[in-house]
Amino acid sequence: MSRPHVNTRSALAKARNHGAAGSGVTHWWRMKISSLLLLVLTIWLLFAFQAMSQADFSAAREFLAAPWNTCMALLFSWTLFYHAQLGLQVVIEDYIHSTWLATTFTIGLRLLALLLATLCSVLILQVALNPSAAGV
Amino acid sequence: MAEFTLPKNSRIRPGKTFKADADAARVKTFRIYRWDPDSGENPRVDSYEVDLDDCGPMVLDAIIHIKNQIDPTLTFRRSCREGICGSCAMNIAGTNTLACTRSISEYSGDIKIYPLPHMPVVKDLVPDLSNFYAQLESVQPWLQADSAVAPNRERLQSPEERKKLDGLYECILCACCSTSCPSYWWNSDRYLGPATLLQAYRWIADSRDEAKGARLDNLEDPFRVYRCHTIMNCTNACPKGLNPAKAIAEIKHELAHRQGVV
Repeated sequence: MSRPHVNTRSALAKARNHGAAGSGVTHWWRMKISSLLLLVLTIWLLFAFQAMSQADFSAAREFLAAPWNTCMALLFSWTLFYHAQLGLQVVIEDYIHSTWLATTFTIGLRLLALLLATLCSVLILQVALNPSAAGV
Repeated sequence: MAEFTLPKNSRIRPGKTFKADADAARVKTFRIYRWDPDSGENPRVDSYEVDLDDCGPMVLDAIIHIKNQIDPTLTFRRSCREGICGSCAMNIAGTNTLACTRSISEYSGDIKIYPLPHMPVVKDLVPDLSNFYAQLESVQPWLQADSAVAPNRERLQSPEERKKLDGLYECILCACCSTSCPSYWWNSDRYLGPATLLQAYRWIADSRDEAKGARLDNLEDPFRVYRCHTIMNCTNACPKGLNPAKAIAEIKHELAHRQGVV
């Protein structure tokens, strides 16, 4: 008959646990920088919405085809999904205490963010670089 | 997973009511959390009607009055009665604070008193602070210096360097801030919490200390420091008017600074 597991480690041993992981500052710093970048890019996005508010598809395509606007649209989508992935990872770490579940969600989240950022990029480039897209 | 509901054996049921004398003129009701581990029963909230003409002006005076005059089984910690020991930290009317520094007249209606939130309860208003104290010990809150100083000389510090410790050294370790922090509720096994981090920064900021790098090494961890999401409950709760959130921000700044990014 197996005996129930008794944790005899002291409170100090539990507090010290594995020691410090030696990371965390990079994640935090990247979240701050990406949020600042998003702030600037959102201003551009609002400007773009305002510029295209009365435009039909071909005019909107023309706007997006301008190199500066294509660049900003791509940058916005990359930053958005990168920042979302960093932020949601924090939520997972906060609330999910099962290691394997947290790891699975974190990997899944990163793949999903990568997939959506790639999809957005392809769509932006498809519209911006392909004049015939106007007929789609 | 984080717990969003109380387990069955923690659900609070109504308790007893201790009526004031019929001739009591100024009656105030204190609704106090009660739990006795030996009874095997769920926690309850007892109501005590206190004649304010019979007790002192502070909430702690009323609790001591209840224990001495009405119900000697009520259990709580208290010592200095002047806001310097931190023993009587508890949740009063929904806010973590010191019972000895809060006046009864500040509160309208019944006063609800619970132990500090999200900590294991030893009995009634006494929380188990073992993990809190162990976390404090883990940051080694004492001066560490290898440089020798003559036994008859003190370690020198300029008035400007000493000024940097204002707002840090006054912490009395009552745990009001840490137990008001949702991040500490969910991750108190790994997140050090505002009180411990304020103490850690108190030594990082001390010009006489020579272990700043090792102290930062010990804190550079996704959980130990970075569970702080600047919710600011700690700063709102601190009964000494300190700002643990600012101390945590300073630690984050120091950690980033040594990476060469700020």
